[in-house]
Amino acid sequence: MSSPLRIINGRVFDPANGVDGEVRDLCIRDGRIVDQLPAQARQLDAHGMVIMPGGVDIHCHIAGPKVNLARKMQPEDHRHDVVPSTAVTRSGTGGTVPSTFATGYRYATLGYTTAMDAAVPPLGARHTLEEFHDTPIIDKGFYIVLGNNIFLNQLLKEKRHEEFREAVAWWISATKAYAAKLVNPGGDEPWKGRRNSNVSDIDANIPEFDITPRQIINAFVHAVNDLGLPHPPHIHCNNLGHSGNFRTTIETMKAAEGRRLHMAHIQFHSYGGELGKNPKSKGPEIARYINENENITCDVGQVMFGKATVMTGDAPAAYVLRKITGNKWVNSDVECESGCGIVPFSYQEHIYTHAMQWAIGLELFLLSKDPWRIVLSTDHPNGGSFMSYPRLIKLLMDREFRKQEIARVNQKAIRNTVLLDDLEREYTLNEIAIITRAGPARALGLVNKGHLGSGADADITIYDELEDKEEMFSSPRYVLKDGELIIDDHEIRQDHEGRLLHVAPAYDEDIEQQIKPFFDKYYSIEFGNYAVGDEYLHRHQTVPTLGERQS
Amino acid sequence: MSVTLTLHTQPEVPLEAECLSPDRLATLDQAGIAALPVLHGNRNMTVGDFFSVDGGKDLTVRIIGDLGRVKHVATGMSGGHLIIDGNIGSHLGLGMSGGEITVTGHAGDWVGPEMGGGRIVVRGDAGHMVGSAYRGSKVGMRGGEIIVHGRIGNEAGNGMRRGMIAVAADSGDFTGVNMIAGSIFVLGRLGARSGAGMKRGTIVSLHDAEVLPTYSYAACYHPVFLRHYLLRLRQLGLPVEEAHLGGRYRRWSGDSVELNRGEILLFAG
Repeated sequence: MSSPLRIINGRVFDPANGVDGEVRDLCIRDGRIVDQLPAQARQLDAHGMVIMPGGVDIHCHIAGPKVNLARKMQPEDHRHDVVPSTAVTRSGTGGTVPSTFATGYRYATLGYTTAMDAAVPPLGARHTLEEFHDTPIIDKGFYIVLGNNIFLNQLLKEKRHEEFREAVAWWISATKAYAAKLVNPGGDEPWKGRRNSNVSDIDANIPEFDITPRQIINAFVHAVNDLGLPHPPHIHCNNLGHSGNFRTTIETMKAAEGRRLHMAHIQFHSYGGELGKNPKSKGPEIARYINENENITCDVGQVMFGKATVMTGDAPAAYVLRKITGNKWVNSDVECESGCGIVPFSYQEHIYTHAMQWAIGLELFLLSKDPWRIVLSTDHPNGGSFMSYPRLIKLLMDREFRKQEIARVNQKAIRNTVLLDDLEREYTLNEIAIITRAGPARALGLVNKGHLGSGADADITIYDELEDKEEMFSSPRYVLKDGELIIDDHEIRQDHEGRLLHVAPAYDEDIEQQIKPFFDKYYSIEFGNYAVGDEYLHRHQTVPTLGERQS
Repeated sequence: MSVTLTLHTQPEVPLEAECLSPDRLATLDQAGIAALPVLHGNRNMTVGDFFSVDGGKDLTVRIIGDLGRVKHVATGMSGGHLIIDGNIGSHLGLGMSGGEITVTGHAGDWVGPEMGGGRIVVRGDAGHMVGSAYRGSKVGMRGGEIIVHGRIGNEAGNGMRRGMIAVAADSGDFTGVNMIAGSIFVLGRLGARSGAGMKRGTIVSLHDAEVLPTYSYAACYHPVFLRHYLLRLRQLGLPVEEAHLGGRYRRWSGDSVELNRGEILLFAG
């Protein structure tokens, strides 16, 4: 562990502790922020610089089976973006889906120190943990997809809600996951069973289980909140990408009945218009609902023009995209648990739908009243790479730049949005610190992240304060992880192993006896071999549940 | 004063020499050229470690020796004239956009992959994947000409979008596979499954060939444009006979698993 360090003369943005650009000292010892240090401690002069907590990405896809499939199917992406090794870093490849090592380094070079993979099938947990072990510098965790789990859905069909809650806890504990994710709840199972089948209505009966998506969502909201998991259910609604899907989105939020719920990449779920026709913007309606309902947090899933890779547990949505692009694709069935689809994609400024998606994302950012509940994301790599975050920050902070960009895209799309009114709002540095750090850390229930108060993890990013915000956020001067100076003078100076963040909610062990026969009958893997052993954890931290925290 | 590089040490393992491109050598003197970096296996070496350099600052470059183990020569070349006096290894003229490359011996696999312009002439044979797309890419050759006086291997013109490939002798299997557009002339025999997955474009052979069942026979006629092309190929030194110029050709259209707008023209006498 490096010696104590005092960072002086920098403007500190620590919204969680009400610090908005004041010049003050930060003291670091043993990887944490402390109140004071002896006067002779080592100093780092941050004069003319902006200090923020390390960035927290609440929703991205960076490890596991589907990410690796996306790497394998795009060799053309790697050839143009080779990442050579250096004295302290390993080699890799970039592109929209970087290799594990490159992912860790690139997040760090943007000043991000924590990232959460948002969709891992439980069966892919081992693969994900192995890749995470090779994803350097950042802290990371993953959410397991449970919304199309046959066993869980059968419990719901039989209205065995208590056992359902215990089974959710078992699944999360057994896979070392951080949260429960729902992807197109109830929709993948019909898709796997019948040609081109899906659910399009949150209240439609799913014949396989005799339940509705609303019942699944509602059950997860109650189970996860009752278990006191630090992060609420993380939901990718039904009807992603379809015109007119905003009704489903609002009904999904209503299904939470006032309890905590996180809406993933909500931009993809804010479309008006008729099914099968061009989308219209319902960004203002969605933003209004979120503004009025404090139980909801969301990340935007902003679309950025250029190359992307669509990868999702929503297998039918990937099929729709494949039909549009004619591109190579992968669709997969993960036994009794979920599905998956991958399609390389390119967002283009002149295309109506793409420009509309881009504009809706901006509308959501600009119309949201509470920055604590809206998180900056591109659903990497679905809406664009995380490497485009600095550009997105510039779009939010610089009205003139935004006007120029709006003028360049499909104007028919812009005419159907409120961007035409030239929204005046410019995000402040404090608000950027909220939507990229403090907000996501709070939504994740990570009490030691996203702020710079005493006891917080010393994950700190120090930017040169520049007029061009894209340039500023592209290349921080210093990045500290666990108090170690990882990036010094814009370059990675040392390697570092970040932690795996996971939860281990207690559950009634009787539930294992109920799950086991299902595995014996239907799974390709023995029940005894399913749970992930501690040897996969390496450096890790078990984040306490809300109940454990109080006691 | 032209530049001459003579191979004095045969590399033991493949040598990657992207820098050996006339437009890049044109600004350098003798010492500058000798100091350019090359990759010998996984070791960083210099041009001077393998070649003796004569002259400098010229757009005409001659490389002498058996360069069968030298890869990636003239990557991204945009102009000038490169003469290779001997054989050359794989990935010659990767993504080149202009200028001319002449190879007096044989060329390895991947001649002119994803090239956009310029001309490559190979006096001997060429390997597989001439003018092709790299694995994963949709689009191969985007323009320019590749002329081979010998035979070529499999998958020539994979994903080709524009430009011309002309071969004096036979081609391997899957000639013009997944072709988007462009022209391929094979004066010898076409390999099996030629034109598989072709969208548009033209494949010509001066011999009969077995055509995939997804092609349909259209007509036997004399395509006027063909005479102009063949005369041009004859000018370039390819063995086109008088009978070919005015002869009739069977036209097969396909591939019906794709757009069905491509054609294979086979000489019918």
